[in-house]
Amino acid sequence: MNLAWLLLFLPFAASLANQLVLKKTGLAPLVSVASALATFILAVMLLGTQGSAAFHWASIGDFHLDIGLQLDTLSTGMMLVVTGIGLPVHVFSLAYMKDDDGKARYFTGLSLFMFSMTGIVLADNFIMTFIFWELVGFSSYLLIGHWYRKPSAADAAKKAFITNRIGDFGFMIGILMLWGITGQLSFDKMKPGLEAFQCANPTIWVGVLSATVLCIFCGAVGKSAQVPLHVWLPDAMEGPTPVSALIHAATMVAAGVYMLFRVQFTLGCEVFQQLPASDVIAWTGGITALLAALMATQQDDIKRVLAYSTLSQLGYMVMAVGFVAGDAGMFHLFTHAWFKALLFLGSGAVIFACHHQQNIWQMGGLMKTMPLTTLTFAAGCAALIAVPGTSGFFSKELILDAAYQAGSPLFWVGAFVAVLTPFYMTRLFVVAFLGKPRSDHAAHAREVGPLMLVPLAVLALLAISSGYSFLNRFAPALPHHAGEFHFNLVAGVSMAALVIGVVAGWRLYAGKDHDPICIPLLRERFKFDWFYDTILIRYFQDLLASIIHFFDEFLINGLLVGGLSRSAEGFGNLFRRVQSGSLQGYAFVFGLGVILVIYFTVFI
Amino acid sequence: MATLNDYLLVSGLLFAIGLAGVVLRRNIIVVFMCLELMLSAANLTLVAFSRFHPSHGLPDYNGQMLVFFVITVAAAEVAVGLAIIVALFRARQTIHTDDLTSMRG
Repeated sequence: MNLAWLLLFLPFAASLANQLVLKKTGLAPLVSVASALATFILAVMLLGTQGSAAFHWASIGDFHLDIGLQLDTLSTGMMLVVTGIGLPVHVFSLAYMKDDDGKARYFTGLSLFMFSMTGIVLADNFIMTFIFWELVGFSSYLLIGHWYRKPSAADAAKKAFITNRIGDFGFMIGILMLWGITGQLSFDKMKPGLEAFQCANPTIWVGVLSATVLCIFCGAVGKSAQVPLHVWLPDAMEGPTPVSALIHAATMVAAGVYMLFRVQFTLGCEVFQQLPASDVIAWTGGITALLAALMATQQDDIKRVLAYSTLSQLGYMVMAVGFVAGDAGMFHLFTHAWFKALLFLGSGAVIFACHHQQNIWQMGGLMKTMPLTTLTFAAGCAALIAVPGTSGFFSKELILDAAYQAGSPLFWVGAFVAVLTPFYMTRLFVVAFLGKPRSDHAAHAREVGPLMLVPLAVLALLAISSGYSFLNRFAPALPHHAGEFHFNLVAGVSMAALVIGVVAGWRLYAGKDHDPICIPLLRERFKFDWFYDTILIRYFQDLLASIIHFFDEFLINGLLVGGLSRSAEGFGNLFRRVQSGSLQGYAFVFGLGVILVIYFTVFI
Repeated sequence: MATLNDYLLVSGLLFAIGLAGVVLRRNIIVVFMCLELMLSAANLTLVAFSRFHPSHGLPDYNGQMLVFFVITVAAAEVAVGLAIIVALFRARQTIHTDDLTSMRG
């Protein structure tokens, strides 16, 4: 267990050292990379071990809070994903952020993020999860706003933080409700309390538990960017690209799915299945997958396409959890982490080579100038669009299969998303990498250096192969038959979807210099941002703000604070008359007083 | 032969004059003199009582002794008070109490 504590606190120590001591020395990147390497080795060593350790943190009456670590297949597998993505991203960042002034700050943020993410994964109780949940939100805020002088980056950081706060509020309520139901906060001690609650309240437990799960799901909606709180993730692309790869594609956004699966695991699948909440979760995931895939088809920014694709894949995972096939969701999380990190790092290499040009219509022809990057990117694309034989194929298959088994219409939604995914990825690939260069930056792009290529190559290998059983047994959770292939209706639908998507994308976009189709609704992202900005913020929030302002200004400031100060001032003014400063006045009053005293003592 | 009441009457009159002077007069030196007048009134009372309450055929000397103390302290007070008035005059060029209201709240 000592190794686990080391795994948790090593990145924290690295970020502390970077922030307090090494900020000016230029050693900060190396310290962070070393810490990432060490945590990766530790994660590999801990793989598959079981155990738990806790120390007592705080007591309030009968309420005890522990800080504890839990090692099981789920957490150690997830740690492998986190550190396994973290290491290439750290190495890639060395090259990507080479000329950045805030390099030390950036690597401090990365290490802080690694610490927080490790905390979520290894936590053995909900309070600790919540603490680290907030910490990842904070480090994500720091890293999105890395280029804080750019107003759009600062706004995006704020937006991500505030949107997450909305979800976290529900999460906190959910945690408290679960504590109220079971009387426990640790994951592995909840089951008896839950059973007692079920026996004691046979009629209402379904409703109460559903409400609880939905509140907890709010947290996942925020962190895993599900509709309607998904708006922060595309904007979070303002951060440096390696950060997008690590936080906004592979690990942090997957934390929501991980936590949901943890809850499902804790409550028990058969309990979870009976809750109406599971349908809500499945539909939220399905709708997110669909809307995000539609939006992705009309984005011009290479990172935004990938961001919407991430949303859509996260929707798949959440849907799987909703179908009580969380293990399929976790398997997809495992494979998705590798190939989406690869795609983001690949886009980072392209952006780096094109002098921070992110518009795909300004790229083109990169296959000739950057063949190796193109090759790895193609591998990532293949895995994402679920080409048979790649990792994404196996995991997406299992999710669709779960939807099919459930007999839900969401299966067809998922199948349609499986058409859209190859469509937009083909569009992206064809426009950015094939054809002729459409700008000087693209024409003069050069292949990136080994510090970027090696992480890309490693991730490309994993993206292709992580579905097979020699690698997928390290996954946090694994359904039966993972990595095997049986031809059935689901597989047929998914392969047909792949072919339709690729052919449509190729026919529409090959050799084009501008977008042949333009759907304003999709370009404006279903007007979600417009809705939030004009309706929610202007009418709702501003109305609320003006009411609060009224209370603040008139009740608090005018009556309470101002009233107190005014009454003190009034009394003061009254009494200052007494303090006239005239000697004879005092003498006169003094004389009067003496006479009064004599009167009282002598005559009464 | 004057009785104790006569003395006390004079003494009360003196005290009243002194108090009236302290309260009403504006010149600080006059105020000061009236203060002395009040002390003298008190002294007169003490001496009168000492004279009219003999013990073992002798006046009660305790009262007279107290008068000496009062006179001594009054002398010291005059020394300090006049010094303060001189310093005050030097600082403010006035000894009119209506002008000395810098302690006004």
